[in-house]
Amino acid sequence: MKAANRHQGARDLLRNKYLYLLAVPAVLFSIVFSYLPLVGMAVAFQDFNPIKGIFDSPWVGFDNFRFFFRGHDWIVITAHTVMFNLMFIVTGTIVSLALAIMLTELGKSAAVRTMQSVMILPNFISWPIIGLFSVTFFSADTGVVNQLLSALDMQPINFYTDAGVWPPIFVVLNLWKTAGFGAIVYMAAIVGIDTELYEAARIDGASRFQSIFRITLPLLKGIISMLFLLSLGNIFGGNLDMIYSLIGDNSFLFPTTDTIDTYVFRSLRTFGSLGMTQAIALYQSVVGFIIVIAANKFASKLDKDSALF
Amino acid sequence: MQNSVRDKWMTVLFYVAVAVFSVACLYPFLLVLASSITDESTLLRDGYRLLPEMLSLAAYKAIFTTATIPRAYAVTVFVTVAGTLLSLIVTSMAAYALSGRRLYFAPHLSMFFYFTMLFSGGIVSSYILTTKYLHLQNTLWVYILPALLSPWNLFLMRNFFNDIPKELFESAKLEGAGESRILASIVLPLSLPALATIGLFYALGYWSAWTPAMLYVDNPNLYSLQYIIMQIIRNVDMAQNIAVSGTRSVSAVAPAYTVRLATAIVTVGPIIFLYPFLQRYFVGGLKVGAIKG
Repeated sequence: MKAANRHQGARDLLRNKYLYLLAVPAVLFSIVFSYLPLVGMAVAFQDFNPIKGIFDSPWVGFDNFRFFFRGHDWIVITAHTVMFNLMFIVTGTIVSLALAIMLTELGKSAAVRTMQSVMILPNFISWPIIGLFSVTFFSADTGVVNQLLSALDMQPINFYTDAGVWPPIFVVLNLWKTAGFGAIVYMAAIVGIDTELYEAARIDGASRFQSIFRITLPLLKGIISMLFLLSLGNIFGGNLDMIYSLIGDNSFLFPTTDTIDTYVFRSLRTFGSLGMTQAIALYQSVVGFIIVIAANKFASKLDKDSALF
Repeated sequence: MQNSVRDKWMTVLFYVAVAVFSVACLYPFLLVLASSITDESTLLRDGYRLLPEMLSLAAYKAIFTTATIPRAYAVTVFVTVAGTLLSLIVTSMAAYALSGRRLYFAPHLSMFFYFTMLFSGGIVSSYILTTKYLHLQNTLWVYILPALLSPWNLFLMRNFFNDIPKELFESAKLEGAGESRILASIVLPLSLPALATIGLFYALGYWSAWTPAMLYVDNPNLYSLQYIIMQIIRNVDMAQNIAVSGTRSVSAVAPAYTVRLATAIVTVGPIIFLYPFLQRYFVGGLKVGAIKG
């Protein structure tokens, strides 16, 4: 049986060689830019010397990891990373879903469509631009927020030295940027629901409110859990773009905002040791990988349709 | 009866909520736009306002009379156009090969691509690879090559191609058309929504990139727009330089703050003009469950 399979594979390669050839550029790309860097993970176990390169740098075993895990930086940045991502996923899901339901309930008038277009606009704005926009809101004296506060006779906030205010700002800005676009995905799913279900419910005397909770939400369960899983897989990464754009290398704000990504990015530009930086990145990759696999296993147990693979 | 009254109130409530959210989405744009055409000293005195007292285009004049921004614009436009085209070509070729479950090794190839989404060698590896072995630093390629293929977009496009009736290309094949002919003359013309959506995703990626410039580019002639923005946020001196060298008269206040905002406006400009045209494709273009074949 096995031999037959192998035979079949070889024959398929030959018969569809032109089709396989079409995939070659993408495969080459992945090998060079995604699989070759896996070799570079070896740097985590080296006292890496850029001149000697990967093949001639001295090996140091787990020293880089020992150094990183001895301090408590890793606990802080891991906690921040996971916390931010969880907050983004939960608030993002709720707000996108709510927007999607409200937009579909409101129908397709010109006003609604205009509002929908406006909502997805922020998704197309890069984080550096949002960083620049945010200066107009948060700068100490001319910023919109502080002007509003002083008009209300309240104490101004020094946003760029006060670390405590940033986590909520991240959540709000993340919603601002992504929630409207996120709603589109849910809207596409709601459109797919059989309208006869709603008709039947209406005839039975259900209010629209009841149809939302009894029909729409239960039927969206699959897609919600799938998108949840997709984002869960990224719970150990991401957000460099956002946090670096908003905060930069402002060390006043690190106590509440530093994540694995920003820590690695900063180390890469300032630390001497690439080996140590790579050790942190490897820790991130491995734990992230375990989480996404576990999340998927869990999902396929709950519901076969919502698992990814 | 009671239900219909409650339903009406619900509609009102929904309207208000949606309206509030969309105003919140729009307000920062309008504020920055208004502030960017405000006279510098008025801005410093009154702060940022939607309806400024005194208007001035000095910031835009300054931007376009110095070389920094136009040069970064040229770099970014080139990278975005060339990168998006190359990405679409590579992506659609692979997506076509994987579509329709025709290949014996298609599942293996899918897994091969999918794995790169799950596990990455990390930024340090990429850094070493790019600088020491590929020598891409200080070239425009460093913006394009590392971002050439997104597996996510590949799967999105494959799912699109899956929905094209097989008979269409089976018959072309019988008439002797090669695979690449079928892709170019049958599949791609039928997939404009997918190309528009995925092309926009790629274009946005290239347009928004700043890390390549930060890590790999020392030559100011090759800076991208977003990297300039990044510098301008942190460093008022840079905006000041553009403002001073771009303002001819000595008496006027150099429009340093408004130059920052005007730079933001010219950077978002093209996207704002582009996305309403592509928007209608999104709902069809975004298929969830992209990875499942």
